[in-house]
Amino acid sequence: MKIHEYQAKNILKQYNIPIQDGIVVTDDGQIESAIENVSTQFNTSQFVVKAQIHAGGRGKGGGVKFCPTKADAITHANTILGMTLTTHQTGPDGQLVRTIMIAEALDIAKEYYVAITLDRAKNQDVFMVSSEGGVEIEEVAASNPDAIKKVWVNPRAGLTAFQARQLAFALGFEGDLFKQAVTLFSNLYRCYRKTDASIAEINPLVVTKQGKLIALDAKFNFDSNALYRHQNIVDMRDLNEEDPTEVEADKYHLNYIKLDGNVGCMVNGAGLAMATMDIIKLQGASPANFLDVGGGANVETVKNGFKIILSDDNVKAVLINIFGGIVRCDRVANGIIQAVSELDLNVPVVVRLAGTNADIAKQLLNESGVSIIAADTLQDAAEKVVREVTA
Amino acid sequence: MAILVDKNSKIIVQGITGSEGSFHAQQCLDYGGNVVGGVTPGKGGQQVLDGNVPVFNTCKDARQQVGATVSLIFVPPAFAADAILEAADAGIELIVCITEGIPVADMVTVYDVLKTSNTRLIGPNCPGLLTPNQAKVGIMPGFIAQPGRIGVISKSGTLTYEAVYQLCSEGLGQSTCIGIGGDPIIGTKMVELLALFENDPDTDAVVLIGEIGGAMEIEAAQYVQNNMKKPVVGFIAGQTAPEGRRMGHAGAIVSGADESALAKMMVMKACGIHVVNSPADIGKTMTKALQLQCV
Repeated sequence: MKIHEYQAKNILKQYNIPIQDGIVVTDDGQIESAIENVSTQFNTSQFVVKAQIHAGGRGKGGGVKFCPTKADAITHANTILGMTLTTHQTGPDGQLVRTIMIAEALDIAKEYYVAITLDRAKNQDVFMVSSEGGVEIEEVAASNPDAIKKVWVNPRAGLTAFQARQLAFALGFEGDLFKQAVTLFSNLYRCYRKTDASIAEINPLVVTKQGKLIALDAKFNFDSNALYRHQNIVDMRDLNEEDPTEVEADKYHLNYIKLDGNVGCMVNGAGLAMATMDIIKLQGASPANFLDVGGGANVETVKNGFKIILSDDNVKAVLINIFGGIVRCDRVANGIIQAVSELDLNVPVVVRLAGTNADIAKQLLNESGVSIIAADTLQDAAEKVVREVTA
Repeated sequence: MAILVDKNSKIIVQGITGSEGSFHAQQCLDYGGNVVGGVTPGKGGQQVLDGNVPVFNTCKDARQQVGATVSLIFVPPAFAADAILEAADAGIELIVCITEGIPVADMVTVYDVLKTSNTRLIGPNCPGLLTPNQAKVGIMPGFIAQPGRIGVISKSGTLTYEAVYQLCSEGLGQSTCIGIGGDPIIGTKMVELLALFENDPDTDAVVLIGEIGGAMEIEAAQYVQNNMKKPVVGFIAGQTAPEGRRMGHAGAIVSGADESALAKMMVMKACGIHVVNSPADIGKTMTKALQLQCV
């Protein structure tokens, strides 16, 4: 689960990590007073207006503006709040900016990169730092991997003091900055663990001309499997940042991801669902969605699945591929037949059921009188559904 | 492959009194597996599954009283990591954890603890193991498999059944099928099972089913190139998956170019794995690979 910069900074604050602070504005009527408040609260005469959207690349897209005066801040705030911001991560339609942060401007002397995430290959969290701050870390990793210092954290020991020192030495910190860095790194790791983050990234972490180490930006992503134990983080969810169909699917407890093709699919099991999307593409059409119905392929699930899939106008045919183990295919067949007849669909539906009672299921489908095309193998199902869209 | 599970394995089920646990424990028993007990804290002393199976309060009790060597876990995600640790602490040699949804941080700790024990963990978020006509430790439908000489290693659940179904259609039975799970942190990786299959006199070839996310298949491919003589047929699900999205499985997320299906397929091919483009061709590609082997 993703959150906005201002929410991430609030979390860092709770863990005593210094941040570039500011005030959040959602209504243009609040702009002028917010600027005044930022000026007095944070003792600054210069500002940075920052669009609050989940996607990265806000700066390059024109969503982050340095404002040397209050007048500039008012102008930029009015422009950015309500703009449709397009970045390399938003997709071509961009994202509406509903929230901005009016932040204090800092006197930046140097920028660093700091992040903690899971290293799957090592089965441990990795704490990475680099003196190449403010740029895309993937570029640094590709062109200059030695510029990134990594330590792997033992989960039972946590980030040790000597590891925090290794990281601080690697960035060339000395004296008071060294102490600030060691403290910050320890606090960041504690924060990452306590919140069950999947990534905690500060890019850039800046040293100001006044000799202070401050997080200029912050990005968190959280492990969805752990959200059950973090209601406060769940409360930070911004539905405006998610695809509306996916939000709708969530309400039905359907694991659905919207794509841009023309064949909708409904499958049990994530791996089989991906493989079904793949074979649709290989046969010459394009998958419209990922949908894993799990073990619950009953009437309600099928009906809701159809509703969600068909709310996408691009969908010209639907493929249902269920491999029933414990799930009985004849029950699934009845569920599908009922759903199709109740919903009065106007797209062709190809159904392939394999596994327990598949033969009975096939018979039921053929005798149902409902307009369903039955298939035997995965190949057969893919060919049939693609034929329907290319017809 | 008698190394992991066979007719003689003494299986206990953690969470046996829950709806999932009781249903599947019965299925495993019906398949002919040696389910000797269950563990549900607070329900020790009860008898379940038509009075055939005793329930214990702890894994230690089960180990002492019925000599459990395998534990099958059907415990909800908030408590499953602890269940794994309890089984390992009791000295149980093989743990198969079916549970989906365990927090990643919990598994990072579990992995660290298990590193220094002699317990093997399969999963979590997996369908378990199946040695046809000998034992089932998990939820794979027994009737889809046939005894034979093809090993199956897979990150998926129902996609594994599809692969097994295709193999049977080609007249190729399985030695052991192992679902390793779709999570980012799992107990046993592909490489370890490939080594076991390579050294198993009852296995002639392996089907390897991977997904987008992580680099496990790359490590597996390199192992195949350097260490395996037996043919390996590989399929990676998710060629059409968009970047950065979690495709159902917690581990199925492309976080960089080399975690995509295409990138993995290229490396696998270069390492001598018979890479299948279409999931419908897994069975026939194995037939071809075996024919090539004989030539």
